[in-house]
Amino acid sequence: MERIPILKMGPFLLVTIQIDLYDRLALTLENDLINMVSQTGARGVLIDISTVSIVDSFMGRILGNIASMSRIMDAETVVVGMQPAVAITLVELGLTLQGVYTALNVEKGMELLNNKLGDNLELDDEEEEDQDDRND
Amino acid sequence: MIVMTKDTMEIVREQDVVPFRNRVREFGTRIGMSLVNQTKLITAASELVRNMLKYASGGKVILEVISLNAKTGIRLTFKDEGPGIADIALAMRDGFSTGRSLGLGLPGAKRLVNEFDLKSNPGEGTTVTVIHWKHGR
Repeated sequence: MERIPILKMGPFLLVTIQIDLYDRLALTLENDLINMVSQTGARGVLIDISTVSIVDSFMGRILGNIASMSRIMDAETVVVGMQPAVAITLVELGLTLQGVYTALNVEKGMELLNNKLGDNLELDDEEEEDQDDRND
Repeated sequence: MIVMTKDTMEIVREQDVVPFRNRVREFGTRIGMSLVNQTKLITAASELVRNMLKYASGGKVILEVISLNAKTGIRLTFKDEGPGIADIALAMRDGFSTGRSLGLGLPGAKRLVNEFDLKSNPGEGTTVTVIHWKHGR
């Protein structure tokens, strides 16, 4: 069965969608990604759609699902490289990709994920400090 | 109205969707439709063909290059013999779905194309016709 490869890079998972997704392939990707987040404890998922020419409501829903499911499992999702024509079409279709972070390209997307991870680490530190205070 | 090219595709399985979208793209490229307009038309077509598979277990699509008053465009006719739509006004409303989808398919497709026509009788199937002009108007 055809599958979209998922690469692990440090605390992140990377996916490049290079073909037109049909429904079953998209659902398999959703499933594979969530399993990978669970197995690897990844903190971020980056999905590159720069070669995807069509995002319809089904595909949009899959992207939204991936983001919501990942968030529940403590990982942020960023979708990068959307073509201008796809962005124009999505807005007219009425799909706003709520809850999905987007970035212009892979580089900016990685930066965004790193910042998110940094923010979370700082938060963790503060919590620890608070505990120290209490111990004093 | 003059029909310049005509083609018919049967859509019976999910795997038929990608070749169908490619066919629409070919038609768009042939008449010199811009990328944004092609993307809008193909996205609308994708929504409609998905509805056909989901609610009527398939049907057929007629693809035509048409010309009217010196304007060139593409007309797509989606015909199925499914259960039909009981309340068309409701089906055209954003966010309404009898399936478990976002309910954007029909109203979204209508917003993406220049002309949209839906005819349906319960028990007799549904026919959706869309036209998108080369320059998007």
